Amino acid sequence: MTDASLTSPPRHATAADYVNLMKPRIMMLVVFTGFAGLVAASSVTGIAMNPVMAAIATLAIALGSGAAGAINMWYDSDIDAVMTRTATRPIPSGAVPREEALALGLIVSGVSVMLMWLASNWLAASLLAFSIFYYGVIYTMWLKRATSQNIVIGGGAGAFPPVIGWAAVTGNTALDAWLLFAIIFMWTPPHFWALSLLAHKEYAKVAVPMLPVTHGAKVTRQQVLVYTLLLVPVSLLPVAKGLGGWIYGLAALGLGLAFIAYSVRLWRSDAGDANASGEGMKRAKGTFAFSILYLFALFGAVLVEHAAGLHFPLTGA
Amino acid sequence: MVERQPPSGLQLDAAAIKARTRRNLWLGLALGGFVVLVLVVTLIRLNSGVGVPERM
Repeated sequence: MTDASLTSPPRHATAADYVNLMKPRIMMLVVFTGFAGLVAASSVTGIAMNPVMAAIATLAIALGSGAAGAINMWYDSDIDAVMTRTATRPIPSGAVPREEALALGLIVSGVSVMLMWLASNWLAASLLAFSIFYYGVIYTMWLKRATSQNIVIGGGAGAFPPVIGWAAVTGNTALDAWLLFAIIFMWTPPHFWALSLLAHKEYAKVAVPMLPVTHGAKVTRQQVLVYTLLLVPVSLLPVAKGLGGWIYGLAALGLGLAFIAYSVRLWRSDAGDANASGEGMKRAKGTFAFSILYLFALFGAVLVEHAAGLHFPLTGA
Repeated sequence: MVERQPPSGLQLDAAAIKARTRRNLWLGLALGGFVVLVLVVTLIRLNSGVGVPERM
């Protein structure tokens, strides 16, 4: 073990350490997409949810995401200690003991599912429980260290929030909700593989079979492009279904074309290669950063249309 | 009256005690927040008639 806790005096945990344990940046994206699903469901079906209950349901989604993050950090603390990018996380830095992280993850999981059930219904609570299990157990404990397709299959965990938000309002999961699921599902591989091109040496060091480690950087860059090309038509499906209107359609098209441009530039670069140039790595960074902006903007368009009464469908089903 | 002695081998410095107090405070606030949330949800559900048996 090479973690900081053995080489320096233990750091006293602060509240920020416990917040960091819950992966707040991922939580923001999860909450945003979950809230978009909730608002869209209310707008499409006409079912009004009590605003306080909606806020508590959104909080439950945030807590569920945080709980899954804490379980992930508990399980991955051995490899986090070795990788430079993650060595300063609360467990490897010695601020939070492993067992406390696990306890936090389990307790907050229970609290989040219970709050969701109280604020909405059993279906939303069950979906939330399943998504925590998906990320904390199926992805973290099994897929991540077992297959190069870890992030493709595991991406399902992060795609659940809009479905949970939808179920919280309606008590069911309509096709519209699964279209939003499909967008995040298809978005995850290009998003994460762009990052893994930057960190592939670290993943190799800890024997995590990320695509650049098992199949090389060239195949990864190709796969980023393939998944981006698949993502764009999927992102336009809500327009065909009537869930997305003019604003969403234009946003999906514009953002999709920009994402393709980033992926093409990345595909043509040497990012992740053994002798990668600074320009290549810059393109990988740029693609990763744009992918985050892409998802925020796309779900922002869903929110704007359905929350501000600007939903003018091009077609309806 | 017997004076309580701290358990041997457990020496907390001032920074550790301060950190522990802060953690306990946050934990207390989180628990309090949870109780308030459950109370609010219960009140809203009762007001909207959820869980209230219908009269014949």
